[in-house]
Amino acid sequence: MLYNEPSPLETRVLTRRFSLPNSASIDTYLATEGYQAFVKAAGMKPDEVIEQVKISNLRGRGGAGFPTGMKWSFVPRSSPKPKYIVVNGDESEPGTCKDRVLIENDPHQLIEGCLIAGLAVDAHAGYIYIRGEYRYLIEVMDKAIAEAYERGWLGKNIQGTGFDFDLYTHTGAGAYECGEESALLESLEGKRGIPRIRPPFPAVVGAFQCPTVLNNVETYCAVPAIIRDGGAAFAALGVPKAGGTKMTCLTGHVNKPGVYELRMGFPVKQMIEEVGGGMRNGKKLKAFIPGGSSCPVLTAEECEGATMDYDSMGQRKTMLGSGGVIIMDEDTCMVKAALRIMRFYAHESCGWCIPCREGTTWLRKILQRFHDGQGTRNDINLIGDISKNMLGRTFCPLGDAAAMPTISIVEKFRHEFEDHLNGKPCPYEHAEHMVMA
Amino acid sequence: MTFSLQLEARFDKLLKSYPPGRQRSALVPMLLYGQDEVGSISDELIDEVARRVGVTPLQVNEVLSYYSMLHRKPLGKYHVQICTNISCLLWDGDKLWERACKKLGIGHKEVTADGQISLEEVECMGACSWAPAVQVNYDFHHFVTPEKLDDLLDNLRKKQ
Repeated sequence: MLYNEPSPLETRVLTRRFSLPNSASIDTYLATEGYQAFVKAAGMKPDEVIEQVKISNLRGRGGAGFPTGMKWSFVPRSSPKPKYIVVNGDESEPGTCKDRVLIENDPHQLIEGCLIAGLAVDAHAGYIYIRGEYRYLIEVMDKAIAEAYERGWLGKNIQGTGFDFDLYTHTGAGAYECGEESALLESLEGKRGIPRIRPPFPAVVGAFQCPTVLNNVETYCAVPAIIRDGGAAFAALGVPKAGGTKMTCLTGHVNKPGVYELRMGFPVKQMIEEVGGGMRNGKKLKAFIPGGSSCPVLTAEECEGATMDYDSMGQRKTMLGSGGVIIMDEDTCMVKAALRIMRFYAHESCGWCIPCREGTTWLRKILQRFHDGQGTRNDINLIGDISKNMLGRTFCPLGDAAAMPTISIVEKFRHEFEDHLNGKPCPYEHAEHMVMA
Repeated sequence: MTFSLQLEARFDKLLKSYPPGRQRSALVPMLLYGQDEVGSISDELIDEVARRVGVTPLQVNEVLSYYSMLHRKPLGKYHVQICTNISCLLWDGDKLWERACKKLGIGHKEVTADGQISLEEVECMGACSWAPAVQVNYDFHHFVTPEKLDDLLDNLRKKQ
């Protein structure tokens, strides 16, 4: 089901079946060109499949934005080892809830994406890693997989193509870190989700020490449309260096928060005003996070002229990320926001790399002290210094993910930290409590 | 240790899902599904899962302490998880959390005296666009208002 009203401004590619009755069933899927992209891909050479994905300008939708076709081309197809397809459905980046919608409403699209990836890299088995909290999606996915086996779209000699493919679900059990690809692979092998040292990258040494394609749910879900309509058609929906649409999760202070499929390069202002129905209670925009809590924060001024794509966000020294848009209005305390974000990273740090383990914990304590009115002027610089010392000094990006938003908040909202100095209670919280009393 | 037929079937399927010699992969899923039935990760469950996947109980312990959904102590019959992470915070998820603590008289990871309800302040659960969100066991509740939270908790207290 859908949890929010769709918007007329959406471009429906991955969500094209969402409004159909029983959109998750194989009958609905087959009646709407479902699995036809797989049939088409089975008649193509693997390199041609990868070429179409390259032409589509599809970039990894989990947050890093790495070109998908290129990633697939790194898999050594001639390796005697088995190859694997792994789906990252660990969706845990705060602000992000799009993969949930994709699996719930069209699980067969994900299966078909896995099949096509399998054809492209000569993989014959795949694992869909779904975060533990999404238990109902394991049931949805298992049901869809069972339907696909029954109708001959999974298993041996699929539809007479001679291609074999098995697909399994795998539940996580609560760990943000397992959304990081190498930690996910460790977790898939029944271990603690601690990142691996790279290189080698998963394309060469991935699941079970074998070559592996590892992409986000949304990335695989885009693949059937790319093969069906051609890579060029998908590329044309987006901007020059990033094709297609982006599942965008509007969260925070807008009137109509929700998950919307928007073309890549959608203007930020229009997204807030028209898709999101404008700011809640007519308040002003204070801060904007484009793609999950690990992205540097933009001010309202920086959002002027910005579009939702990698380049526009890169020019503003932030990232498109996962599509988890977090919108904060003028009444938001940025110290409190920084604190809550840091509490999360301190909780989720796996503890392997000292700069991350110690850094997130120190920062959480300093920010808490600050928000409680016990901060000193030196602490403001200390927060920035500790964060900068974490950047690039950890095996996985969790340390960076904690440092980047913090650095941006200290730099851009320094005055709000100063407002908390000298034992003053939080000026923003205070106003609110007065109203409540 | 005996499990329900459904859980046994699930365990069998899991152990066949991974490449030969890679049965350890089933470890975390078996612990989570096992916990759902047993109520917590008991010593007995650790030994049983260790035996079935072919590792030592110590190795199971090492792994389970990493995952926040795996609990060594029994939770309430209804485990109420309230998200206070950034997107929920912006819709007053923190106030829902305080309200629930006050109403039930328990705190983070505590259980009511009758064992009916436990509370946990959780990190992002993937319901950010429909904030604030609460999960009861595995069921999502979206756009939770203070009134909806009160009703939810009242119903859980009475529910068998």
